[in-house]
Amino acid sequence: MNPLQFDYSAILKLALPETILVLGAILVLFIDLTVMRGRDAADRSSVLALVSAIVSIIGIFVFQFLPKTGSVLDGMLVLSPTTVLVKQCILVFAALTALISWRVRFTEHIGEYFALILFATTGMLFLSSAQHLLMLFVSLELTSLSLYVLVAFNKESRASAEAALKYFLFGGVAAAFTLFGLSLIYGIAGSLNLETIAMNLSGKEPDLIFYVAVVMALIGFGFKIAVAPFHLWAPDAYQGAPTPAAAFIATGSKVASFYILLQVLYVGFGEFAGDAGGGHFESGWQPVLAIFATLSMVIGNLVALAQTSVKRLLAYSAIAHGGYALVAVMANSVDGTAAVVYYSVTYGLATLGAFAVVGVVEDQCGDDSMTSLAGLKERSPVLALCLMVFILSAAGIPPLAGFFGKFYAFTAGVKSGSPDLGLIWIVAIGLLMSAVSFYYYLQVLKQAMVLPSAKNAPAIHANPVVLLVIVLVAISVILLGCFPTLLLPDTGVAVGVLSSG
Amino acid sequence: MLTWTIYISFLGMALLMCLPKERPQLARRVALLTASLGLVVALIGASAFKPDGGIQTLVDYSWIPTLGIQYNLSVDGISLSMVMLTAIIAFVGVLFSWNIETRTKEFFAYYFALIGGCYGVFLSFDLFLLFVFYEIAIVPKYFLIASWGSTNREYGAMKLAIYSFAGSALVLLGIIAAYVASGANSFSLVELAQHSFSEGQQAWMFPLVFVGFGVLAGMWPFHTWAPTGHVAAPTAASMLLAGVVMKLGAYSCLRVAMTLFPLGLQMWSPYLGALAVTGIVYGALVALTQKDFKFVIGYSSVSHMGFVLLGLLSLSQIGLNGAVLQMFSHGIIAGLLFAVVGRMIYDRTHTRVLNDLQLMQLRKTLPFAAIVFVIAGFASMGMPGFSGFVAEIQILIGAWHGFSAYAILAGIGVVIGVAYTLRVVQKAFYPDKTEISRAELKPMELEPITIQEKVGAVILLACTVVIGLFPGVLLDWIIPAFESPLFDELRKGVGQ
Repeated sequence: MNPLQFDYSAILKLALPETILVLGAILVLFIDLTVMRGRDAADRSSVLALVSAIVSIIGIFVFQFLPKTGSVLDGMLVLSPTTVLVKQCILVFAALTALISWRVRFTEHIGEYFALILFATTGMLFLSSAQHLLMLFVSLELTSLSLYVLVAFNKESRASAEAALKYFLFGGVAAAFTLFGLSLIYGIAGSLNLETIAMNLSGKEPDLIFYVAVVMALIGFGFKIAVAPFHLWAPDAYQGAPTPAAAFIATGSKVASFYILLQVLYVGFGEFAGDAGGGHFESGWQPVLAIFATLSMVIGNLVALAQTSVKRLLAYSAIAHGGYALVAVMANSVDGTAAVVYYSVTYGLATLGAFAVVGVVEDQCGDDSMTSLAGLKERSPVLALCLMVFILSAAGIPPLAGFFGKFYAFTAGVKSGSPDLGLIWIVAIGLLMSAVSFYYYLQVLKQAMVLPSAKNAPAIHANPVVLLVIVLVAISVILLGCFPTLLLPDTGVAVGVLSSG
Repeated sequence: MLTWTIYISFLGMALLMCLPKERPQLARRVALLTASLGLVVALIGASAFKPDGGIQTLVDYSWIPTLGIQYNLSVDGISLSMVMLTAIIAFVGVLFSWNIETRTKEFFAYYFALIGGCYGVFLSFDLFLLFVFYEIAIVPKYFLIASWGSTNREYGAMKLAIYSFAGSALVLLGIIAAYVASGANSFSLVELAQHSFSEGQQAWMFPLVFVGFGVLAGMWPFHTWAPTGHVAAPTAASMLLAGVVMKLGAYSCLRVAMTLFPLGLQMWSPYLGALAVTGIVYGALVALTQKDFKFVIGYSSVSHMGFVLLGLLSLSQIGLNGAVLQMFSHGIIAGLLFAVVGRMIYDRTHTRVLNDLQLMQLRKTLPFAAIVFVIAGFASMGMPGFSGFVAEIQILIGAWHGFSAYAILAGIGVVIGVAYTLRVVQKAFYPDKTEISRAELKPMELEPITIQEKVGAVILLACTVVIGLFPGVLLDWIIPAFESPLFDELRKGVGQ
């Protein structure tokens, strides 16, 4: 097929949600400049948050009317039921991010702020359905550039500017690595389409250049999913960025990046996984991921022990969680896909909720230190209870979603990553480190649930919309934990389609 | 029917969270109602139980089909004994928490979250489900101790939580390994128990799971959370901790580690048995030297749990029977001892230091506490007629068949047990008049023992005496339980 022959109606049909988002972003800018012009920033932000959320939710429902499978433009946009599920989850995170930005105070440029959230979301949507290296890189950049600006959005805060610069510089270097890696892959395989690459490479003995290419691409992805040793930007970005922006980086962007990592590795290089199992080592991408995962689990959890800022703590915990999820990526199987999707989505929900709670507290206490949470139970029982749900889910306590996510990720990794329980060693490290992690998670909960509030600590009043979002997210974390099949059956079916087609 | 013990506890928890915080009395009544309902349901379930039927499935439906996880709640004689223990301790614990004034409703909410988790562990016959309930039971302990505890509570609570979670990390590793190695896509305990894992796999999976659960059973040298945790905990929490939670560990050792990996059990029993005996003797010796009344009971728990582990590892039927009986018996007796020390004495005198208590003439001011403690002390030291005797004698006989040296050492542990029990009885209630001059005596006006405490103490005393005189009540449930297919593989390696 000549890739230059466009069937616009087919493209538009599959890319309808993305189109709606872009139109929505323009609509947001339009409203900000016309109808709401001259209004107070807080009023503008509540209207625009609502518009952005509605646009995202329309996007979610539009998928109901689209075909669940399809492919256009030589793999630039490939849909499968799993991809649709991932896209819908990203849209949910976009809607939640917009809603927790209700009545934001850190900026006057409300229109641009929400438009950027929608643009970043568009990038993530395209990213998750890309099976074409060019499309992959373009959408990765669309996501990243929007996020860099979002991190810098609080212009009055030096931390925000510093975080954005750090994020941008690291991101730029990582993008260069990715691009270089991808260009080498194109040179070796002679195609940009992942399936064609897999076909062309099939049966060949991988050479040094191939490994260099794969490792370089992995470094770029490693940056996006914030795993050690490419995690250095994360703590600063999480702490300095405006809370909703940090939450979006930790959730939507993570889900999309993990998913595309899976696509590239499973679809493009499934044959070259290698084996990191004890006793039968074989070079490939799995040992590389094993190194990333081990470092992330160890560094993330140990450094988190020393944090006093809750946001930084969440950042290091996110690094550790990136490591747990990589264990599932190493499975290179149907279970691996399902586990990664479930893990990244449920972890995202808990993180978004935790960020929202910390954001509310920070707004009213002025900082995000652990001690500002003291006595939260008395100052706002509902927030405290929700925070407990989020933190316990992140810690992996059943019956919350985080537990099943971790369990499934580890089980998938051991089951299909390597024969004879070869990968049990990395699960052992993961479980040992997660036992360590309870210490810092309990420190947060100790402040919130056990200690009395400091004298003259203000009562916390969350904005009703934000509170509603937090409560809804907490309920969904509990529900998804008790009934994991709510998120699983689609992925199970989907992967079957993916591997047979 | 028995499944409702779990649901009632969690419903009670949810209801308690919704109560207004200004009405502690209402919270207490709701708590008492929840606990009594749980007890009634357990009694009805027990009366409907037919001991000869092996495992009786209560509910079984597909929970997470992708991984073959079933929501399987069943009951056999062993779990029924443990459910009864939980129900009794839960009910009595509420009575002994009547004086909690701060954040009463939250206290009971955590309390029932813990209880619900315990019921769940005892009734789960799916490994994944069992682990879920096991973890649910760990979290509330942290908050109960850190918020309502006494001495060094934040340290004690954190230590307990980290030890428990480290133990469960080992267990989880073993569970994942066993699930993948079996290749059966099932977490059903019966199916996994019937799968023969290779000798090499059992050699490392068994100690992982056994020690992982053993941490919670107070297994030496991983016991150190137990005394600090017990001492820091509020009375009802220490009753639950020593009475029920430590049994979660021992019960799961039997239910999971030993049934799944019987070859591993045979390989490791001499070594782990040595740890159990060390725990018995060490716990007893340390208890002998403590200055804090509650630490004595805390270390005595370590010592008595050592008997449970020794019975489990004895590789004999009588030892296993004794171990299960000891779980029940120690649950009741430890609950009673902690109730006396924590509620009856400490909450009134605000000291647990034996040398101070000596001067207070508690025998005269709190005669009821003195009587209860003396009787409970006899039960604890293994006096015939009480439940502790029938349990420990079976364990010693069982251990004698396998490891006679361990049985002798454990017997020495019993003797030291008599010594430390008599020592605290004497120090706390019957001080030597010649040593103390009259001037030093400071008898206090203490609040009299309340009706709730009396009822609670009488219930527990009755249980230990009834089981002591008629051990058949429980043994008729326990012995047939070992006939079920779950223990098929285990039985092959077990003598009489």
